[in-house]
Amino acid sequence: MLERLSRPWPDHRAERTLGAVSLLVCALVVAMVVFVGIHAWPIFEHNGLSWLGSGGDLGRQLANMQNTTQHPPPSAYHLRAWPLVYGTLLTTVVAVVLALAIAIFSSIFIVELAPARLRRLAIPVIRLLASVPSVIYGLIGILVLVPFVGNHVISGAEKQSVQNVVLLTGAGLSVTVVILTVMITPIMVALICEALVSVPSSWREGAVALGVNPLRAMLAVTLRAARPAIVAAAVLATARALGEAIMISMVSGSRAFSPKPIDGLVFFFEPLRTLASGIVDYHEGIGAPALGSALYAWALLLLFSAFVLSIAGYLIKLPLRKFQVRG
Amino acid sequence: MSTGLQQWAPSPPPSSGPPMKTGRGRRSSPMTWRWRDRLALAAAWGAGIGLCLIAGAIVVYMGYRGIQYLRPSLLVQRPALSTSQSGTGGFLDPLIGTALLTVIGIVLAVPLAVGGAIWIAEYGRPTWLARVVESSIEMVAGTPDIVIALFGLSIFQLGLFAPFSFKASGGGVFGKSFIAAGAMMSLIALPPMFTATRDGLQAVPAHMREAAFALGKTRIATIRRVLLPSVRSNIATGVTLGISRIIGDTAIIVLLLGETLRLDPQGSVPGIGLLRGTGSTLTSYVYGNSPAGEGAAPQKAYAAAFVLLLFVLGLNLIVDRIGRSSADATGMTVAGAVV
Repeated sequence: MLERLSRPWPDHRAERTLGAVSLLVCALVVAMVVFVGIHAWPIFEHNGLSWLGSGGDLGRQLANMQNTTQHPPPSAYHLRAWPLVYGTLLTTVVAVVLALAIAIFSSIFIVELAPARLRRLAIPVIRLLASVPSVIYGLIGILVLVPFVGNHVISGAEKQSVQNVVLLTGAGLSVTVVILTVMITPIMVALICEALVSVPSSWREGAVALGVNPLRAMLAVTLRAARPAIVAAAVLATARALGEAIMISMVSGSRAFSPKPIDGLVFFFEPLRTLASGIVDYHEGIGAPALGSALYAWALLLLFSAFVLSIAGYLIKLPLRKFQVRG
Repeated sequence: MSTGLQQWAPSPPPSSGPPMKTGRGRRSSPMTWRWRDRLALAAAWGAGIGLCLIAGAIVVYMGYRGIQYLRPSLLVQRPALSTSQSGTGGFLDPLIGTALLTVIGIVLAVPLAVGGAIWIAEYGRPTWLARVVESSIEMVAGTPDIVIALFGLSIFQLGLFAPFSFKASGGGVFGKSFIAAGAMMSLIALPPMFTATRDGLQAVPAHMREAAFALGKTRIATIRRVLLPSVRSNIATGVTLGISRIIGDTAIIVLLLGETLRLDPQGSVPGIGLLRGTGSTLTSYVYGNSPAGEGAAPQKAYAAAFVLLLFVLGLNLIVDRIGRSSADATGMTVAGAVV
């Protein structure tokens, strides 16, 4: 038996074995959708898609779910999770927009403006920023930024103005968005830099030869040619921001509260909770069938968004093949 | 996802490098530019320098706190329950937990990632199936770790997998153990390893394969004797990136490893009992000791986070070193993956 294995493999058997290994990955993805879907099903069964809507106090609904027995009555499955969906959309959209602006400008800086020595320093530094674990970002957020915002940025009058509704501690929208932006910018910078470098430099040199200054040539020619890559970078960063759980659970104040823009400045300091951080916050109650099903429903929504974003990223990158850019 | 940062980062020697861009002498002075362009220039400098400063500030601040609170004794003491910060012991168990999970995750992920990459790059037929495999790996890469953690919980709570974790007195399967967490960690580590290996294989010049075929080697022999040795550095890069993702992940630990600070073996068989048991890692230790967890021992959290950051820094250096040395040796570049 051992002798048979140590002999060189015939080609067709090697091909089939390696193919089977690859198919295992596909099977895992299918299994992931199936298992998360099965566990999420009771929520869809009892609420349809309206669990995405608003209505009632989400905290009370979740407490109801947690307090039921192993065979909860249908009423326990009542769920309206709009605050979580809103929190996820709000943090993700704001962070991605901010990060996109920062990433575009800093990519131009790295590719075009930075002196060689600074560039050699900037690249590893940005790679490091991308690989700092999210729990460290969360720790800095909760121990440094949250107390700072709570003590120095929010005025007493602002705290009093909403004290009957929500407690402003500093943990909330602004800190969450700032840290999330720092977390996703490096991913975008990496992808945008790659795209900027791969655009044929003769295009830009043509513009410079016509008398345009180098920066404008960069903006008007190279950046424009790299537009698909920029969108792809934004899509990838969106996927990362959507799924960020631990950091947000640490610094967002973890209250199923929807920050309201009509509150004026206070809006930026109001606590919130996202789908992913909600899963972390409630994971201890996963044994209760109704609550567990709710968590899996949130996970299914995240999974669905991730798949949609993944497909969108693929479609956007198609035109890039022209320049032989692999993203 | 290849970043390409390295492809031009180490400023290759002039003979083999890309043609020089606009030289310094040709650049027009920004003082003559329009306002909009000057604003854009300022924004670009500001953003670039700002990002570097943020990264620097994080490292310096964590270093300052780490030196302030990290004592060598913390590394060898086991965590203990106590109401005061000084009595809570060190983080020996979390360190062991991190090492154990890394080993399990990498051991499970390497065959999948390397096998899949070889199949995609060297066989890849039928084409549609190869496309499906590639996009499913991309989907794994895009799936949030918290979703992967819930997926792991759902499969390891099946009765079928009961031997891999432990049973509660009532007969319910917990689905929390080193094996469960390690298996899900391998999913996290898979995409960067796959991408690095595939990109390396695709960058091997076709004439190397043709030469091996001409000598009468079969495809699989070519792969084993010619291709795999030549992409060793790519695989090493992928493994390093995988390790840095595993040691940095928190969501999977919090859901799948339980929140016992100490290693908590299940059953009487020593090695297997440990694998079936629960424990903690550096990330879950930081999380648990931050104000977000129950511990509320920020000094310990800072110290552990500093150690974690040192690991990440070290792994980053290794990736850089591998990339540079392999570029020197073969003239090829390793496409590192950041995401």
